[in-house]
Amino acid sequence: MSLTQSDIDHELTHIRESYDKARTEGAPAADHPSRDFAPYRSSVLRHPKQPLVAVHGDPETVELHTPVFGHTDITEIDNDLTSQHRGEPLGERITVSGRLLDSRGRPVRGQLIELWQANASGRYAHLRDQHPAPLDPNFTGVGRTLTGDDGSYHFTTIKPGAYPWRNHENAWRPAHIHFSVFGTAFTQRLITQMYFPGDPLFAYDPILQSVTEPAARQRLVAAYDHELSRPEWSLGYRWDIVLDGPSATWIEEGR
Amino acid sequence: MTERLASAQGAATARGLASTEGPATAGGPAAERPATAGGPAAERPAAGRLAPTPSHTVGPFYGYALPFPDGGEMAPAGHPGAITLHGHVYDGEGTPVPDALVELWQAGPEGSLAGAGGSMRRDPVTGGYLGRNGVDFTGFGRIATDADGHWAARTLPPGGPAAPTAPYISVCVHARGLLHHLFTRVYFPENAEANAADPLLAALDPARRETLVATAAPRPGTYRFDIRLQGEGETVFLEFR
Ligand SMILES: [Fe+3]
Repeated sequence: MSLTQSDIDHELTHIRESYDKARTEGAPAADHPSRDFAPYRSSVLRHPKQPLVAVHGDPETVELHTPVFGHTDITEIDNDLTSQHRGEPLGERITVSGRLLDSRGRPVRGQLIELWQANASGRYAHLRDQHPAPLDPNFTGVGRTLTGDDGSYHFTTIKPGAYPWRNHENAWRPAHIHFSVFGTAFTQRLITQMYFPGDPLFAYDPILQSVTEPAARQRLVAAYDHELSRPEWSLGYRWDIVLDGPSATWIEEGR
Repeated sequence: MTERLASAQGAATARGLASTEGPATAGGPAAERPATAGGPAAERPAAGRLAPTPSHTVGPFYGYALPFPDGGEMAPAGHPGAITLHGHVYDGEGTPVPDALVELWQAGPEGSLAGAGGSMRRDPVTGGYLGRNGVDFTGFGRIATDADGHWAARTLPPGGPAAPTAPYISVCVHARGLLHHLFTRVYFPENAEANAADPLLAALDPARRETLVATAAPRPGTYRFDIRLQGEGETVFLEFR
């Protein structure tokens, strides 16, 4: 492996400078990462080179509707990742709560949120994760829930550890929780990652830095919320999720 | 008294810092400079619209979290007229992608978009997956590609949306290396007339149009739809506005 962190840092700096320059020349803020983001090496051969083809909102299109998930798809303890085994998992117990909103700030009700994560030592319960950190027999790291009437969701879990990956020499992912979310339209589909405030690895991570716009990057970082911490039990983090993309309700309202 | 005041002030300061990245990132090669507070108060830019949460890659380790048994068995067993839809996912060098996740969403044969719950039913006793109920057509499928980059679903032919749109299955592709999912559509070769009138297909260059039409292979009732992420024969990917 010849690629070093400093090679990656140079690439990141260059991309950031180009972005800043484009911004000063009037380009809009980029809400999402570019699919073509060379510092994240796996993206090189996996992004389309042709421009995406625009489809304009017609309420009849399948994509303006969404799959249905209901109580048969969820069991009651699915949102407590610490109670899925006989024993307590190791690590710092946390609660993660927030609201699922559409871009108008309206709650997205009764929709599925799935999450998965590494354990406290930074190891996934996945066969291909060979990071030499211990597996935790009391932690799988998978949860799901349906949002409430106010769009709220709640998970109890443990804080995941940072882990190494092979993008470049000495590459480490900041601690993060993967989220998979459905909205009221398939066009609002979102898979993303939530980070923890103040992580010293942020600046080194090409995946987080693929979100070139600093304000957008900040939206991936949860806030520590003391009101959410539970005495003698868990530390609380708050993270709201805002879905992008047209939804059928937008069109009904004559957007 | 002084002490109590001081500590109250301290707590307030700590809360203020907690909502930003605070000093912890100083000294990195490109220190994060928080533009706004994170989590709780999502920003409200122009016209009362909230800025969206950015997409991120599904990564390599979703395999024990997202796929579920019967994910590709969208048609109830023995349903007359069920079809098999399958294909490979390829990267820019034509190498199969063994860690892609393909999601399908479609209308039922009568054109209904209502769908049904129960795609990923859970066993209330063990907490594990129970699989589909064998009766309802939910319209939703999720399949992880195998070591050959291959995926397959058994489903029902989609019913027609209102003309002029031809029937299709909506596809969402996730993969390690893909920082933002990709949408595409599967149209069917039998519907030549409807396809010719479809506004999306009609607007495409003929060579690219073919990437959205499945081919009947290797036998009747079986349709092949390969997804090429990049390069020669690159699949048409869609953006909804
Ligand atoms: Fe991860």
